[in-house]
Amino acid sequence: MSDYRIQGATGDWEVVIGLEIHAQVTSNAKLFSGASTEFGAEPNSQVSLVDAAMPGMLPTINGECVRQAVRTGLAIGAEINKYSVFDRKNYFYADLPQGYQISQFKHPIVGHGTVTVDLESGGTKEIGVERIHLEQDAGKSMHDQHPQYTYVDLNRSGVALMEIVSDPDMRSPEEAGAYVTKIRTILRYIGSCDGNMEQGSMRADVNVSVRRVGDPLGTRCEIKNVNSVRFVRQAVEIEARRQVDIIEDGGTIDQETRLFDPVKAETRSMRSKEEAHDYRYFPDPDLLPLEFDDAFIEAARDSLPELPDAKKARFMEALGLNDYNASVLVAEQVSAAYFETLVTAVAKATGKSEADVAVKASNWLTCDLFGALNKAGISITETPVSAEQGAGLLALIEDGTISGRIAKDVFEIMFETGKDAADIVEEKGLKQVSDTGAIDAIIDEIIAANPGQLAQYRAGKDKLIGFFVGQVMKATQGQANPGVVNKLLKPKLDG
Amino acid sequence: MTDLTKMKIAEARDLMKAGELSSRELTEAHIAAVDAADSLNAYIVKTPEIALANADAADKKIKAGNQKGMTGIPVGIKDLFATKGVHTQACSHILDGFKPEYESTVTQNLWNDGAVMLGKLNMDEFAMGSSNETSYYGPVKNPWRATGSNNDFVPGGSSGGSVASVSGYAAMGATASDTGGSIRQPASFTGTFGMKPTYGRCSRYGMVAFASSLDQAGTITRDVRDGAIMLEAMAGFDPKDSTSVDIAVPNFEAALTGDIRGMKIGIPQEYHLAGMPGEIEALWHQGIEWMKAAGAEVVDINLPHTKYALPAYYIIAPAEASSNLARYDGVKYGLRDAPNGGNLDDMYYTTRASGFGDEVKRRIMIGTYVLSAGYYDAYYLKAQKVRQLIADDFKRAFEKVDAILTPTAPSAAFAFGEKSDDPLAMYLNDVFTVPASLAGLPGSSVPAGLSADGLPLGLQVLANAWDEETVLKISGVIEQAAAFSATPSEWWR
Amino acid sequence: MSNIDRATVAKIARLARIKIEDDKLEPLAGELNNIIGWVEQLSEVNTDNIEPMASVVDAKLRWRDDKVTDGNKAESVLKNAPNAEYGFFAVPKVIE
Ligand SMILES: [Mg+2]
Ligand SMILES: [Zn+2]
Repeated sequence: MSDYRIQGATGDWEVVIGLEIHAQVTSNAKLFSGASTEFGAEPNSQVSLVDAAMPGMLPTINGECVRQAVRTGLAIGAEINKYSVFDRKNYFYADLPQGYQISQFKHPIVGHGTVTVDLESGGTKEIGVERIHLEQDAGKSMHDQHPQYTYVDLNRSGVALMEIVSDPDMRSPEEAGAYVTKIRTILRYIGSCDGNMEQGSMRADVNVSVRRVGDPLGTRCEIKNVNSVRFVRQAVEIEARRQVDIIEDGGTIDQETRLFDPVKAETRSMRSKEEAHDYRYFPDPDLLPLEFDDAFIEAARDSLPELPDAKKARFMEALGLNDYNASVLVAEQVSAAYFETLVTAVAKATGKSEADVAVKASNWLTCDLFGALNKAGISITETPVSAEQGAGLLALIEDGTISGRIAKDVFEIMFETGKDAADIVEEKGLKQVSDTGAIDAIIDEIIAANPGQLAQYRAGKDKLIGFFVGQVMKATQGQANPGVVNKLLKPKLDG
Repeated sequence: MTDLTKMKIAEARDLMKAGELSSRELTEAHIAAVDAADSLNAYIVKTPEIALANADAADKKIKAGNQKGMTGIPVGIKDLFATKGVHTQACSHILDGFKPEYESTVTQNLWNDGAVMLGKLNMDEFAMGSSNETSYYGPVKNPWRATGSNNDFVPGGSSGGSVASVSGYAAMGATASDTGGSIRQPASFTGTFGMKPTYGRCSRYGMVAFASSLDQAGTITRDVRDGAIMLEAMAGFDPKDSTSVDIAVPNFEAALTGDIRGMKIGIPQEYHLAGMPGEIEALWHQGIEWMKAAGAEVVDINLPHTKYALPAYYIIAPAEASSNLARYDGVKYGLRDAPNGGNLDDMYYTTRASGFGDEVKRRIMIGTYVLSAGYYDAYYLKAQKVRQLIADDFKRAFEKVDAILTPTAPSAAFAFGEKSDDPLAMYLNDVFTVPASLAGLPGSSVPAGLSADGLPLGLQVLANAWDEETVLKISGVIEQAAAFSATPSEWWR
Repeated sequence: MSNIDRATVAKIARLARIKIEDDKLEPLAGELNNIIGWVEQLSEVNTDNIEPMASVVDAKLRWRDDKVTDGNKAESVLKNAPNAEYGFFAVPKVIE
């Protein structure tokens, strides 16, 4: 249970959030036409006569979009409806060429499912998904290109969207953000949407209402087209505060559509109440009901990869990772894949079991590599150090060739040059010195050079052993095997 | 020399095959006939250059031995069908200046077979009408006049231009479309043969939509054989139309055996309307006698929900139309009427107000109303349930009979203005044709006799889905029996 | 029973984006009432347990392959536009 509360003048308020996420289905062609879905083309170049709603043009459905919607439903454990219907949602807008959007109203392709979101507290929460339906995207209007005209580009018109409608199960900005993040992760895992929020392939309509804890639901406002996780959180926070202020001032909330302005940090009304929507939904007579059989569903199920929740559980149970590392690694499929390649390669190189090397590998990956990537501002897909190379480095530590400290230096060079760890160690002569004769001589030199410290040590200041280890390591530029140093140093100091 | 414009498609085809006639000759005669028929207002656009080019190409095809049924045959195209680069407006002002960059599948099929395009034919605006009085281009005149009268009559609608061009000898055949009777009723009014195939038989791709779940392309010809030939050329599966059904097109002409012995013909008792003119009733009885004489068995049947077909239709068709016609908004094509300084919404309001005619507006308003919040279940959903009951009535009937025989329309052609002020009176014209449209069934109207005033009357033949062959076969028998030989007086020439 | 008044006609006209002059609202209300009143005879029909017709053709929706087969015809798309500028459709300004 979230204990997120908005402190009002009259007491605490709970926020209730439901989300409608529009996710662009990954497909080559549009939902009902053969035009391309590629991003960033010349205006109106990816438009068929169907998308432009020329008289007499008719929709024909892209089977891949159906398959991806079914896969998405299966990925959230949802009911799959073998019979669904496309409806027309009628309204006028410049970028809606048909004067209606083909969507699914009464009979969506996917029914109720569930998503488990990871919270910052380390816990999880189940968020219900009411339904997923397939629909067409609209075109794009540009209002700032000409003083008198709005310019319309229909390239997006007809691109397939999945509208993923949640139950009103979220109770804090964090939960809303975590839900969007999790949906995005799942979509990216299964490849049904690229999850690219900057390019608009995923965007959320956020429904927000407030109430006293335990009261029935309040009137909600829908904040349209929020296009980042951060904005989702901000929009919830700002809108909830707005509603609380109104109610506490004795006002009431109008159910309406609002727009989030991140610059002004406010939400504002989009359409007047008078224009209350009346979409006049009815089944699209140009299309027949959408039907498929169990075999189709099973084939879609078989095509699903291991999903993030299952992967995380496996990382924790079979490989011993902690919750944090496991969560970080499964958040992106490429990270998880990197990790799995890394662990396999380290285990192979060292002859140890994967479970024995996994924790160290996960620490190195989440701290060292992710840290470096972060600092360089690049993603794991662009990493200069491959999983095989990372494994090379970890194997050198594991078999005692280099120390953990040296490894940090080696990694830095690997990250800059892309070279293999073994080559760098060889070139720079960074192999750990475990030769007792050589270390013996250095120890003797250091003891001789520090009679004062030796005396204090022998007088009972045991901690000074650290000083002597440090001096030896410094003299060997870190290459001395610390275990060997400790073993040799103690008897000499003790005399 | 015989008047080539009075020839039937089948005759011309056979003469061209024998090398005794060229498409060029035939086409030139028809181009002249089109001009001569200006006063009918059947054509809104003439395309003589295209026609001659088509004709020459057809003559080459025929010489090369590649003649098909419609090769070299001059036809008119209802303005509802998109013809690439040629005026296509469904006779609405709102499509002002629209020249599509594409061709409808039905017309493409005709051109692929070598047919010749004479021009675009007048129609009720967006096919909404039963008298061709709603066209932006003015009404079409029926070539037929009452005996001894110079008064003009409506040709029926919405395919008014199609029937007037064919009965007025200004086309050998014409494409038409039927949503609630727009092929059969005007055919009945003009002594032509109108054939509406099963919904899904002809592609709707490139046909300007009125009511998508009902619209179906078909033919107007001067006899049944010509209808069979022309329909075969137009029909066929089209992957571009999701409601087109992948069923092979039979050789329709081969169905015209004239042999209906042992067939069962159903007579729906609900079609005996109170107040129906006696001559319509009499014609129907005559038809029944012809069936019996030809060896068919005539049985009374019941289609209990017949009465509710028209009201269901006048919910479903306007509902679909209100949505289909939303695309005419002044943005992508056609008319834009934007008040100075107005915004987008202002442009919508004025464009649609000045672009649509009264009947179209009326139907958009009805359709919008029946779909609007709070009314959907009471009207649209109810109508779709009743539609199912109507389809079930037919289904049950066709378990017992091979075909159904009824009058096509409750009256002969009427005078201009007679019903245009009373929408309901106009709608009642389609009382016999609408039920089969709702059920998606094939049907025809065959010229079968004359009214007391000397105006043509048709009989309607209906059959089960995909059984156009039975419709054609029985139509052929009626045609034979009726020996309908009356012709209009050619006052327009 | 239908009772379409001026206000209803105005509301429908707004939904349908058709401008109707004030003096036409009343007569239109009359006409629509006539027609709607007439179609209401459907309420006599017992439709309990009757599924609304989903499609008049007894067939399943066919699926297309996910192939790009169309597009790259901006000129055709814009050819009939009342106003096209720089490859866009241009419409009177929308204020959001
Ligand atoms: Mg929504
Ligand atoms: Zn949506």
